[in-house]
Amino acid sequence: MHDEPILKIQRLEKVFGRGCSHCQHEDTRQLEKNFCPYCGTVYACRNISFELFPGEILGIVGESGSGKSTLMQCLYFDETATGGEMFINHEDFKGKNIFALSNQQKRNVRNHILGMVYQNPTKGLKMNFSSIGNIAEKLIAAGNRHVGEMERVGMELLDKVHIPLFRMKEEPKRFSGGMQQRVQIAKALSNYPPILFLDEVTTGLDLSVQASVLDLIKTIQREMGISMIVVSHDLAVIRMLADRTMVMLNGEVIEAGLTDQVLEDPQDAYTQQLVYSLL
Amino acid sequence: MTFLKIEGLKKNFQIVHLNQTIHAVQQLDFSMEQGEFVGITGKSGSGKSTILKSIYRTYLPEAGRIYFDSEKYGWLDLQKASEREIIYLRKYEIGYVSQFLNVMPRTTARQLVEQSVLATGRSLIEAQKEAEKVLSHFELDRKLWDTYPNTFSGGEKLRVNIAIAAVKKPRLLLLDEPTASLDQQSKQKVKEVIQKLKESGTTLLGVFHDIEFMDELCDHIFEMSQQSFKRAGAAL
Ligand SMILES: Nc1ncnc2c1ncn2[C@@H]1O[C@H](COP(=O)(O)OP(=O)(O)OP(=O)(O)O)[C@@H](O)[C@H]1O
Ligand SMILES: Nc1ncnc2c1ncn2[C@@H]1O[C@H](COP(=O)(O)OP(=O)(O)OP(=O)(O)O)[C@@H](O)[C@H]1O
Ligand SMILES: [Mg+2]
Ligand SMILES: [Mg+2]
Ligand SMILES: [Zn+2]
Repeated sequence: MHDEPILKIQRLEKVFGRGCSHCQHEDTRQLEKNFCPYCGTVYACRNISFELFPGEILGIVGESGSGKSTLMQCLYFDETATGGEMFINHEDFKGKNIFALSNQQKRNVRNHILGMVYQNPTKGLKMNFSSIGNIAEKLIAAGNRHVGEMERVGMELLDKVHIPLFRMKEEPKRFSGGMQQRVQIAKALSNYPPILFLDEVTTGLDLSVQASVLDLIKTIQREMGISMIVVSHDLAVIRMLADRTMVMLNGEVIEAGLTDQVLEDPQDAYTQQLVYSLL
Repeated sequence: MTFLKIEGLKKNFQIVHLNQTIHAVQQLDFSMEQGEFVGITGKSGSGKSTILKSIYRTYLPEAGRIYFDSEKYGWLDLQKASEREIIYLRKYEIGYVSQFLNVMPRTTARQLVEQSVLATGRSLIEAQKEAEKVLSHFELDRKLWDTYPNTFSGGEKLRVNIAIAAVKKPRLLLLDEPTASLDQQSKQKVKEVIQKLKESGTTLLGVFHDIEFMDELCDHIFEMSQQSFKRAGAAL
């Protein structure tokens, strides 16, 4: 077992707004949930620290608005974190705070080390491109130029996520929600990223489609050894996939631990309510 | 050589929004040797599952120590072990079987057992071999191997459940009422399965309601009473 984390986050913060004298100081600020009632600033993520280990699936649960997607988007640089540090255990970036790198370097990290599957497929896919074209787009970003090779990789991945190859030229807008999520997963995997972020990938899918997406995620973890962060409202999904889980509320991590421990013996009052209300 | 040793284990559940404390286990001391089969019995709600789940770290005890003789880490307090260490131990050294089967949907019995082997880093060929071996060893009907366990009977589910845990050859196997709600015939099968595990050298700690069942299999039996063991020591 490797004991070096592949990803390490320290005191990540994401604030929307400028803050005011009422909310600028961490110790004295009085928020309504994650929101300053005086100036309207949203403290979407606060003081978030964790480690992700090679081959591990880390779960994140929390109510709507707790900051889960914002956290994922900061990690994928769709949003700029307003504070904190990110470290990746990769020879090119040893000891460097990734958040402090240039945009060019961040793009490099994103194209070669990270993959993202968005809560909303329209964010992750160009709905009017063909499915295979969507994959090629990511491959081109990662530096591929060889058309035949890209097509081969694209077909292999679409097959892996069980999209029938005779439909690979079709646009995702003509696919069902579950198929769109699977195309997104294929796209995210196309640069063989060691780290994959999955934001509510099974939400809104019917149960049998959900099962096939979950199975796909497990297979990817097992066969490719990819480390993942899986965000979900659904505690059953988290229980099925994650070894360890963090619980978020109002932008903060309020509890973290082994998944079965967090779900069966929650220590925090809020986690208890969350778990008991969903049991 | 002591294999598992519990000292002063105490576990209460604080249900914050109900402002309640549930007392589950108080001042429990216990130890067992490698290769033994120890049974725990007692009234419903007396804290039996809480002991097993505290060992497995599903529950976080308030006080006490749970020492385990780990192959990898040596003599280790499971309460103080890191999450990474616990994940490792669950993968390679400590198994847990409950009466419920909680597995990936749409995965066949054979795949589930194979995946359990694959998770320990062994090859697909080995996994396939081991899975076949363990499924036939525990006499799961061959017709069922390539179907989904959620349609299985209680006894069949249980055998899959035990197969998933046993195929990793854990040093310690925790069994939480594996025979509850089974008919006589399935119970007999499970008994044979447990017998086989014991013969293969697995150390077993199990909770059972069925005293007769335990009498035949266990080296020692403990009875929970007042949130602790009433009687310690030799077999009844
Ligand atoms: N661009 C933005 N500008 C201002 N506030 C934002 C912005 N994006 C998100 N927020 C706020 O940040 C908070 C966290 O939102 P986020 O989408 O991360 O929640 P979530 O946990 O993913 O919720 P859900 O479970 O509903 O997907 C919310 O209060 C949201 O309104
Ligand atoms: N996760 C939990 N959260 C809150 N209370 C719990 C939890 N697990 C057990 N308890 C409480 O702890 C006490 C002991 O429960 P435990 O499950 O250990 O009993 P048991 O001896 O295994 O009973 P049974 O024979 O019915 O399975 C009970 O009062 C129970 O309600
Ligand atoms: Mg979200
Ligand atoms: Mg019990
Ligand atoms: Zn303010």
